[in-house]
Amino acid sequence: MSQIMIRDRIPANELLHPGHLACPGCGGAIAMKMVLNTLGPKTIIVMPACCWTVIAGPWPQSSLGVPVYHTAFETGGAVASGIRAALDVQGDTETTVMAWAGDGGTFDIGLQALSGAAERNEDILYVCYDNEAYMNTGIQRSSATPWGAWTTTTPTIQPQGTIKKDIMAIMAAHRVPYAATACVSYPADLVEKVKRAHAIRGTRFLHILSPCPPGWKYADEQTVELGRAAVRSRIFPLLEVENGARWRFTVDHPGGDVGAYVRAQGRFRHLDEGAIAHIQEDVDARWEVLKKRVVHGT
Amino acid sequence: MKKVMVGNHAVSWGVKLARAEVISAYPITPQTQIVEELSEMVAGGDLPARFIKVESEHSAMAACIGASATGARTFTATSSQGLALMHELLHWAAGGRLPVVMADVNRALAPGWNIWTDQNDSLAQRDTGWIQLYCENNQEVLDTTILAFRLAEVVDLPVMLVLDAFYLSHTSEPVDVPDAALVDDFLPPREARHRLDTADPRSYGALVKPDAYMEMRLQQQQAMTAAGEAHERFVQDWSARTGRAWPALEAYRADDAELVLVTSGTITSTAREVVDSWRARGERVGLVKVKMFRPFPTAALRAMLRGKRRVAVLDRNISPGHGGIFAEEIRSALYDVPLDDRPALWGFILGLGGRDVTPETIDEIVVRTREAEGAPEREDIWVGVKV
Repeated sequence: MSQIMIRDRIPANELLHPGHLACPGCGGAIAMKMVLNTLGPKTIIVMPACCWTVIAGPWPQSSLGVPVYHTAFETGGAVASGIRAALDVQGDTETTVMAWAGDGGTFDIGLQALSGAAERNEDILYVCYDNEAYMNTGIQRSSATPWGAWTTTTPTIQPQGTIKKDIMAIMAAHRVPYAATACVSYPADLVEKVKRAHAIRGTRFLHILSPCPPGWKYADEQTVELGRAAVRSRIFPLLEVENGARWRFTVDHPGGDVGAYVRAQGRFRHLDEGAIAHIQEDVDARWEVLKKRVVHGT
Repeated sequence: MKKVMVGNHAVSWGVKLARAEVISAYPITPQTQIVEELSEMVAGGDLPARFIKVESEHSAMAACIGASATGARTFTATSSQGLALMHELLHWAAGGRLPVVMADVNRALAPGWNIWTDQNDSLAQRDTGWIQLYCENNQEVLDTTILAFRLAEVVDLPVMLVLDAFYLSHTSEPVDVPDAALVDDFLPPREARHRLDTADPRSYGALVKPDAYMEMRLQQQQAMTAAGEAHERFVQDWSARTGRAWPALEAYRADDAELVLVTSGTITSTAREVVDSWRARGERVGLVKVKMFRPFPTAALRAMLRGKRRVAVLDRNISPGHGGIFAEEIRSALYDVPLDDRPALWGFILGLGGRDVTPETIDEIVVRTREAEGAPEREDIWVGVKV
């Protein structure tokens, strides 16, 4: 019954095909489906190493209905720049070049190439689907992993001891025409942001929180709920920034207890109440900073 | 039209005449003049290309890969540390069968910092799957740049043309710049057999399992073999149009030679003088210049050196723990020559980090090779080293 309902809702221009290799409940797969179906078939995807390297399917198969160029981990911004340049020379200004990278390929190893592309204001859409660790290699910490989280390189006796890198501030500092956060749990907001990004020329950046059942240690069916909890608790605010200056929240963030979000995930199971209180303090402090950015537009 | 130009600008002119469509590069001495000149050409509208001024050599090659995969004729240039930084993506360009053309101005690697010439930067990229063509003078540099694009695009493999730091890159020589019409006829616009195209969506570079990976590599190897044959054809074609031929191997006064020097790059020009001086004294000394290092012209080299008594290989490079890299390749090529016809081979290491290689240096090599008794030493001989 539920399968029939889902099939009925798949748009005619479905560009993510059955047979992809995502884990059940994968936020990254939902993100791709929403983004790609919104962009449409005139899209070329640059795919640096990430979970999607596998999800897209091994040769000779592809689960994606658009051209895909798989490339080295740190090259998303640069390969996309090259494709854009070639299309421009060929007179094709219509096709969207989308780099599709995980948090490792964006926050860590790919940051230099991304910064270069953003500084040159290359006419590309760069999407980071953020599952907050190197999930494809088996859950190792990245600079997008939140404080306190367990990963296979931050064991529970010494969990992640650093704060999540503020990638939006970094991108805003490049004064790119459009940057936004999004979450798979807010499809209308996400699709609207993709549409806005699609209509703008220059470097556009989307940072999509993509919950990961095996990496975060929760049941497959809780992906949407966890994304909602992250946004509502202000752990992952949904906002957009134009030209690095005009910051705007795009949904309500009632705030309140982060404990429900944290306790729902096995990767935080080792944290005591004091640690959870520390996360709450950090979220509250960051919220105050963000509010000032939104008010003052800086 | 004859122009006086440095080797770096000979590359730039070759790229302009080849009508490259996307250029991406990062500055590094001594390559920088190549892309400075190209920046002027692009900015002034003389070359209708896109120039992506990236933040690293790694991104320069990444951008070239993206552009080439989209069907554009693509160029970059680098040296030394920059080439080393690109290493991962050299594999990607070659494995992806992308006809990117790159100029490498041979420069020694650090530490210590050294901007002068030796061949370790390019030779360290031996196994990346790039065609490598070494040049002796600025005319050869310009002509090779144009030929490189045709070769690359016919066999779907990237080509690295190599020139010595300063001895070519910053040295002015008269260069005949061919007419644009001649080049256009020799080198038609690129027609990519495969490219990123939303009308024909395909996935490139996806996961390849053990049941298919070997076939990919076999095809790459077959393309390398085809590249050797194609290069010979294009050398002849270019020669018919311009009267200039730059073959994979060139024998100089080697036909009846008993002792043959094997060289590459600008050392070749110096060695020609030394050969002439020995010939003037009635001594049968000759020379073989190796232009093409990959694919290695094994069969032709065997034919040229077969039956010679003594061969001296001059290596401006070193594979630490083994020896001179050209010498190792040539020893390997000669292994199948029957013992009676197989020359004794001495390897010489010289000129590292821009150490001057004079006629006297090469003279010493001739003397040592002539006078050597018994089988060659197991270790290559270092010449011009302060004791």
